[in-house]
Amino acid sequence: MSRPSDHYDSPAPLSDGAINQPALGPVGWLRWVWRQLTSMRTALFLLLLLAIAAVPGSLVPQRSADPNGVTQYFANNPTLAPALDKIQAFDVYSSAWFSAIYLLLFISLIGCVIPRTKHHFQALRAKPPRTPARLARLAGFTSRTAPAGANAQAAVTTARGLLRKGGYRVALFESGPEFSVSAERGYLRETGNLLFHFALVGILITVGFGGGFGFGGQRVLVEGQTFVNTLLAYDSFNPGRFFDDATLEPYKLTLNDFTVAYEMRNLKAYGQPVDYSAGVSVTRRGQAVDTGQVKVNVPMKAGNTNIYLLGNGYAPSVTVKNPAGVVVFTDPIPFLPQDANLTSLGVVKVPDGLAQQVGMIGFFYPTQAKAVSGAYYSSFPDLQYPVLTLNVYAGDLGLNDGVPTSVYSLKTDKMTQLTGGKTGVKSIELKPGESQALPGGLGSVTFDDATPGAKPGDFSGSVRRFASFDIRQDPTQAWVMSFAVLAVLGLLVSLLVPRRRLWVKAVEGEDGSLRLEYAGLARGEDPALEAAVTSLADRHAALLLTRQSADPALDPIRLLP
Amino acid sequence: MNLNELSILSLYSAMAVYALAFIAFSFDLARRSAAVTNGAPGEALREAAGTDSDASGTATGHAGARAGASAGETTTLTRISARIANDASTPYGRSPSLRVGVALTVLAWLLQLIADVLRGIAAGRVPWANMYEFAMTGTLLIVTVFLVVLTRVDLRFLGTFVTGMVLVLLGVAALRFYVEVAPLPPALQSVWLVIHVFVASLATGFFALGVALSTVQLMQFRRQAFLATGRTGPLRFLATLPSAATLENLAYRVNVIGFILWTFTLMAGSIWAERAWGRYWGWDTKEVWTFIIWTLYAGYIHARATRGWRGSRSAWLAIIGFAAVMFNFGIVNVFFKGLHSYSGL
Ligand code: HEM
Repeated sequence: MSRPSDHYDSPAPLSDGAINQPALGPVGWLRWVWRQLTSMRTALFLLLLLAIAAVPGSLVPQRSADPNGVTQYFANNPTLAPALDKIQAFDVYSSAWFSAIYLLLFISLIGCVIPRTKHHFQALRAKPPRTPARLARLAGFTSRTAPAGANAQAAVTTARGLLRKGGYRVALFESGPEFSVSAERGYLRETGNLLFHFALVGILITVGFGGGFGFGGQRVLVEGQTFVNTLLAYDSFNPGRFFDDATLEPYKLTLNDFTVAYEMRNLKAYGQPVDYSAGVSVTRRGQAVDTGQVKVNVPMKAGNTNIYLLGNGYAPSVTVKNPAGVVVFTDPIPFLPQDANLTSLGVVKVPDGLAQQVGMIGFFYPTQAKAVSGAYYSSFPDLQYPVLTLNVYAGDLGLNDGVPTSVYSLKTDKMTQLTGGKTGVKSIELKPGESQALPGGLGSVTFDDATPGAKPGDFSGSVRRFASFDIRQDPTQAWVMSFAVLAVLGLLVSLLVPRRRLWVKAVEGEDGSLRLEYAGLARGEDPALEAAVTSLADRHAALLLTRQSADPALDPIRLLP
Repeated sequence: MNLNELSILSLYSAMAVYALAFIAFSFDLARRSAAVTNGAPGEALREAAGTDSDASGTATGHAGARAGASAGETTTLTRISARIANDASTPYGRSPSLRVGVALTVLAWLLQLIADVLRGIAAGRVPWANMYEFAMTGTLLIVTVFLVVLTRVDLRFLGTFVTGMVLVLLGVAALRFYVEVAPLPPALQSVWLVIHVFVASLATGFFALGVALSTVQLMQFRRQAFLATGRTGPLRFLATLPSAATLENLAYRVNVIGFILWTFTLMAGSIWAERAWGRYWGWDTKEVWTFIIWTLYAGYIHARATRGWRGSRSAWLAIIGFAAVMFNFGIVNVFFKGLHSYSGL
């Protein structure tokens, strides 16, 4: 067995210490280190260490999965966070220490599996081992008396036929008056085990290196908007290490409509969304327009990318005019949902065209309601009584500082608040289609109605929705999947196929009677071994009997010269 | 009374019957202790003699026999594959309370099955889409695995353990996790919900039985160690149960099936994550814990193949693995932040 020396099925060490002592020079020492690294104990230790090392990443937010959580964590724990950051606690799964553990584990794995593979190839070609001298000591031992007149060699040959049909590899042995057949099956078990471990290496390599060839990008689209798949059109873009921009296929993606269905019958879940559906058109160069739906859990394929629906919300359209009535700003603005009823928060920035730069922090309530305290909230996620409130700031938007600013937040430190809060001026409050003057004679602001011709009181189409899409390309997915399937197959085979040896021995007694002995040996877990021995014995004895009675011409004795 | 209310009624009835089954199984354990106490005087001695071969069987397993070692080890080997009833040091006859316990468990299982199916019909979908529902379905599967395994191996002595655990879990689910019937939010509308969560619950069923066996194995091992030093330990009923080595092998078989199912859970989860979030793996908290559990059980399987780690040490790993499963269900779902926000609470 070329298994690690501390595998329970390997021969026991002669004596501890003496054999493990690296008394030989550097080569001997290296060999000792290698043997330690590829031992079962090390594999076990590293596996458990990997499990423990994975825990902190679930306790502390991770940059990869939850970047906002990390920012929040820094704000909440200003002293602890930098210290944690030093030990890569916010990037656990790409940290030096986590990587070290799994790389060591996989070196150990490869070092362990290669000699086993070599050995296994040899074992596949080798004959089953000699029949042990005394079967009585082995598992499931049972003996039968052959029908009178049976011959040892012929009986064993019959057993060989039975075993061979059962998928056993067989070899005949003869020692003196004894004939025996030695049979082994379940080489597939080791094959499966090796396949499993190799597939793990395959997964690691495709994930580790292959993942670098793809990209992921996010883009928000308001109903009616179109996006062209180019680098600059993304709101955020994360290329893999080896990603080549030239592989981006410049298709056009249009969000035609976004529909949401709400639960309206079950009062206990009233207003809960039950379906999000983004109707999109994709136009690839030189091809017909492809229209379809992108849903949560149902991405759409476009070229070599997949388009996923990640989020959605309302995008109230706002128009700002200067005092002369000239439009200086008009745009639908995605507002971020804050709760289940889609109270949403957004920011309007008007950098040019007014006497001062103007920023507005807005709340949008699809169905406005008023709490006892006077505060507004949304009582239903659909558009039943939409209201937009805006707090106006004037001053410097900070857009020219060279620091990138988020479109979802307003830096107010260099601005003066003109409405709401402590100003004593009422916030601007608009229903679709309504306008109001900005304070200080700056101009006016309008909450545009997307369906101006609708019946009075029907707001259902008054505000457009937006959808945020994730567009991804991962050329290695199919590879990872294939290796994963191989791993599962290997695992099933290696854990469920029993590996066992069976022996049948025919011993002629002094009186000419023939005693048949059967026994087996499990290699690894094999709960059905004894049943297998018994069943072999029964079938063998029955076969001998029928052959003899059915056709005297086939009597083994007569067959012999 | 609507279907969901009927479901709740049925679930509470199931819990009441599980409680009765628990009592019956406990009676049985008490009777076992009594049977051991009233046993023949030479008992302890005989057992102590048997202990040695059991202990060596644990340490060397099949390998000892293969190396052509002494007859004692061969006996152990033969015993492992024998029906486990033969393996107890004190034979234990028919027990009415045991049969009552099993019968009540079957009844409770039926009531729970009805509760589960009614909940599914009331919701118009599979009944495992929030914490309350998958606690209900998960425990149903634990009992299902237990009852199915009972038809092949006599593990009735685990009745207190299984019914006790299921009662606690159902109690927590009914009191802390209960939510009204609600339609599936878009994020959960996927065939992978049906597959992934079901296989995960089934794996949990096997792991639960495995942890029960490993726990009894550790208790048995301690008792055998006590006997080896000529003393008798507490928990005398253990004498009527299979030896530590047999329990270890049974636990291994059950845990291995759980592991295969868990591997599948992990893969199905990745496929679903790709469909839903555009990436098959992103170290989301729930993904992390699924991975941790998988790694722990892989460690357990390795431990069973590592000299010096078979026996009690590997049993501890199985117990830690199951603790992680429970943590993943009860703590990670509710308190950890992540994309998997489906506890429904
Ligand atoms: C990523 C790390 C590893 C994982 C997840 C892993 C997982 C597993 C699993 C699940 C099994 C049982 C299934 C089967 O028999 O195919 C197994 C068996 C085995 N592994 Fe690994 N393994 C890892 C690394 C290693 C390493 C480094 C070694 C060598 C030192 C090793 C040696 C073995 C051996 C010898 C068996 C057979 C056990 C037996 O005879 O029952 N594995 N491994």
